[in-house]
Amino acid sequence: MEATIEVSGLRKRFGSTVALDGMSFTVRPGQVTGFVGPNGAGKSTTMRVVLGLDAADEGRALVGGRPFWSLRNPLSHVGALLDAAALQPSRTARNHLLWLAHSQGLTARRVDEVIEQVGLRTAKRRRAGGYSLGMRQRLGIAAALLGDPPVLMLDEPFNGLDLDGIVWIRGFLRSLATEGRAVLVSSHLMSELQDIAGHIVVVGRGRVLADASVADLIAAASRDRVTLRTTARSEAMTALAHAGATVAATDRDTLTVSGLAAEHIVAALGARAVPFSEVTAHRATLEEAYMDLTRDAVQFAAPGPEAAR
Amino acid sequence: MTTGTTTPYRSRRRPGRAGFPQLLRAEWTKFRTVRGWVLAMTAAAVVIVSFGLIFATGSHSSCGNGTVEVACPTPPTGPGGELVDDRFYFVHQSLTGDGGITVRLTSMTGIITYPPPNHDKIVSGLVPWAKAGVIVKDGTRQGSAYAAMMVTADHGVRMQYDYTHDTAGRPGRVSAAAPRWLRLNRSGDTLTGYESADGTQWTQVGTTHLPRLPATVQIGLFVASPNDLTVEQSALGGSVGQARYTQATAVFDHVGLRGTTPGGQWSRDEIGAHGQTDWERYHRPSGVRESGGGYTVTGDGDIAPRTDGSPIERTLIGMLAGLIVMIVVAVMFMTAEYRRGLIHTTLIASPRRGRMLAAKAVVIGLVSFVAGVAATAITVPSGTRILRRGGEFPFPVSSLTELRVIVGTAALLAVAAVLALALGALFRRSVAAIITAIAVIVVPYVLAFASVLPDDVTRWLLRLTPAAGFAIQQSVPAYKQVIGNYAPSAGYYPLAPWAGFAVLCAYAALALGLAAHRLRRRGS
Repeated sequence: MEATIEVSGLRKRFGSTVALDGMSFTVRPGQVTGFVGPNGAGKSTTMRVVLGLDAADEGRALVGGRPFWSLRNPLSHVGALLDAAALQPSRTARNHLLWLAHSQGLTARRVDEVIEQVGLRTAKRRRAGGYSLGMRQRLGIAAALLGDPPVLMLDEPFNGLDLDGIVWIRGFLRSLATEGRAVLVSSHLMSELQDIAGHIVVVGRGRVLADASVADLIAAASRDRVTLRTTARSEAMTALAHAGATVAATDRDTLTVSGLAAEHIVAALGARAVPFSEVTAHRATLEEAYMDLTRDAVQFAAPGPEAAR
Repeated sequence: MTTGTTTPYRSRRRPGRAGFPQLLRAEWTKFRTVRGWVLAMTAAAVVIVSFGLIFATGSHSSCGNGTVEVACPTPPTGPGGELVDDRFYFVHQSLTGDGGITVRLTSMTGIITYPPPNHDKIVSGLVPWAKAGVIVKDGTRQGSAYAAMMVTADHGVRMQYDYTHDTAGRPGRVSAAAPRWLRLNRSGDTLTGYESADGTQWTQVGTTHLPRLPATVQIGLFVASPNDLTVEQSALGGSVGQARYTQATAVFDHVGLRGTTPGGQWSRDEIGAHGQTDWERYHRPSGVRESGGGYTVTGDGDIAPRTDGSPIERTLIGMLAGLIVMIVVAVMFMTAEYRRGLIHTTLIASPRRGRMLAAKAVVIGLVSFVAGVAATAITVPSGTRILRRGGEFPFPVSSLTELRVIVGTAALLAVAAVLALALGALFRRSVAAIITAIAVIVVPYVLAFASVLPDDVTRWLLRLTPAAGFAIQQSVPAYKQVIGNYAPSAGYYPLAPWAGFAVLCAYAALALGLAAHRLRRRGS
């Protein structure tokens, strides 16, 4: 049995809203897979379908080759963190893990192990209601780890975390993946996944927009883009727009130009005598790659800084 | 790509077993780790005990003897241990060994004092269970064993014995034109009753064994006439019972005794003689007149089980408050999961949803049962003891019945909690579920007990709503041979104890089924 999540052809409607529109992807073991898309793209719904909380109208979702409902010890096949706030506030953190452990036939010793693993030892006898968001995320991860599963699914684990928390969680997820686990992490911010995801599934409007390694994504987004350094930013923008390029200001003296090859840019600027200091092939960030892919998929987009003037 | 080279993770731990027992344990852990729920359940038990004991301690009866307050006389108990009425006029002789008595009854008349509608005069007439006939009794002590053949005013010929037993014979009233012959034979410990219209054609009405009867018994004629009870529905619903003095007079002739000393003298006793009414003082006292071989006997009272008094389940007065607390806890045990989104964690840990619901129901049911039985096992015996010490006489019941009240009440709490839990799973909201649970379980019971509705309406409520389950608490049966105020407010339910409990169970099962159905449809 392979440690994977396989999703194929999932479709689901909530009334007239299409939540999933043929969602298909596979999460492989040994790496963190980023599951990225704007709010409402279907990330959470997909995870809920995988975990049997929602039923898809069509398609199938398998964990380790089997539908979730058929798993006898579900938590030793897949660990999930959906909503870190889902706690009975008056129950202590340790007792929260204890009932989960008991439901899987696990012991209190396993509970103390995962508490140790996520660094909550000193707080384990406190009521979960008094936990900060960061501590709740740790507690949720501890719960996901209880059954020592080969597959992990975390929905927006970075939400509400301070910098320390983000650093910790990144390191933690990376080490889990290094052990050979399949780790699916959703986020609506690509930047959060920049350093840990080896693979990215970008979704929008219930569909997969891109499913590629991080390296491939960056290469694709960098293509045809040129970084231009100039002191006369507005003149340069006017000149290049006239030449048919799409221009975005990325800094006080930096422009990112697409849709026009480097030599044409140089010619267009020369023709209007716009000074510039540097023209280089652009090295895109993951963020840019993501913005490119989801531009059409964002449902309620505000005009962003990248829009051409 | 790194995929090809990665070895998928394999846990070195042995996965635990995750079956129904584990699910039960998880739900129990969930319950016991929320301190508020544990405290509330404990409080519910404490409320049941303390209300019950306070009620019992506060109940006092004393009787006046002139101006002096004295302890009330202990009411007689029959051979079966039940409280009985045993007052009648008795004309008797001793009988040792086998024998019998035969009589003819030619008349039965009586008076009823101040009946409705105007309550202003004494009228002639008989109450339905006025009775006259022949009896074999273990002496003249109240509550002793007996067997009797009798004619009643409205229920024809009957054979009755030991207060609670009643067998019907030929219907119809007695008169000079339609006399009734009665015969009662004793042979060893077997008593057999016969009736006849003409003294030659005899029909057996019933037979019984009374091993408690000693060799020498009293045999003879008796007349009794129970109080006239009317139950009036008051304008606001509910009922008020009134009991009025009545008296019956029967004419016996052709009296034939077998087995007694020949030519023996009749003894006359007013069994259970009590304060005399003006009617008896100035018009006609109880007694017997002999004339021309016939006997005219006048008497009042009744030979029957008592139906007015406190049943032992009265001590469970705090049960309603305890029940409400348990309903709230049971609903919260379910809805807290929805409120916090914890239900998702629960369902991921146990994807088979019906089982999860079943585990929750078992846990809340057991917890409520244990808390309930701890409370009732203290309250009923202690409360009854305290009541007795305070001069009250709760109906004595068999230990099996007491056990049924104790365990049955706990079971009632448990099933009500399961029903509340199921409503919580159906509605997914605490307030709606709690209100519904209280509306279907507690409110019909309160309406019945407070008797704010007509009795017929509350009877239907106690048949058709989950409150029917309260019938499990009824410790004293209604007797058809005694006219009583068998109203729900007096603790008499329209359904038999286990039948009523079954109605509640059916509701709980239905609600659980619906909840499981809703839960199984994904999207929670």
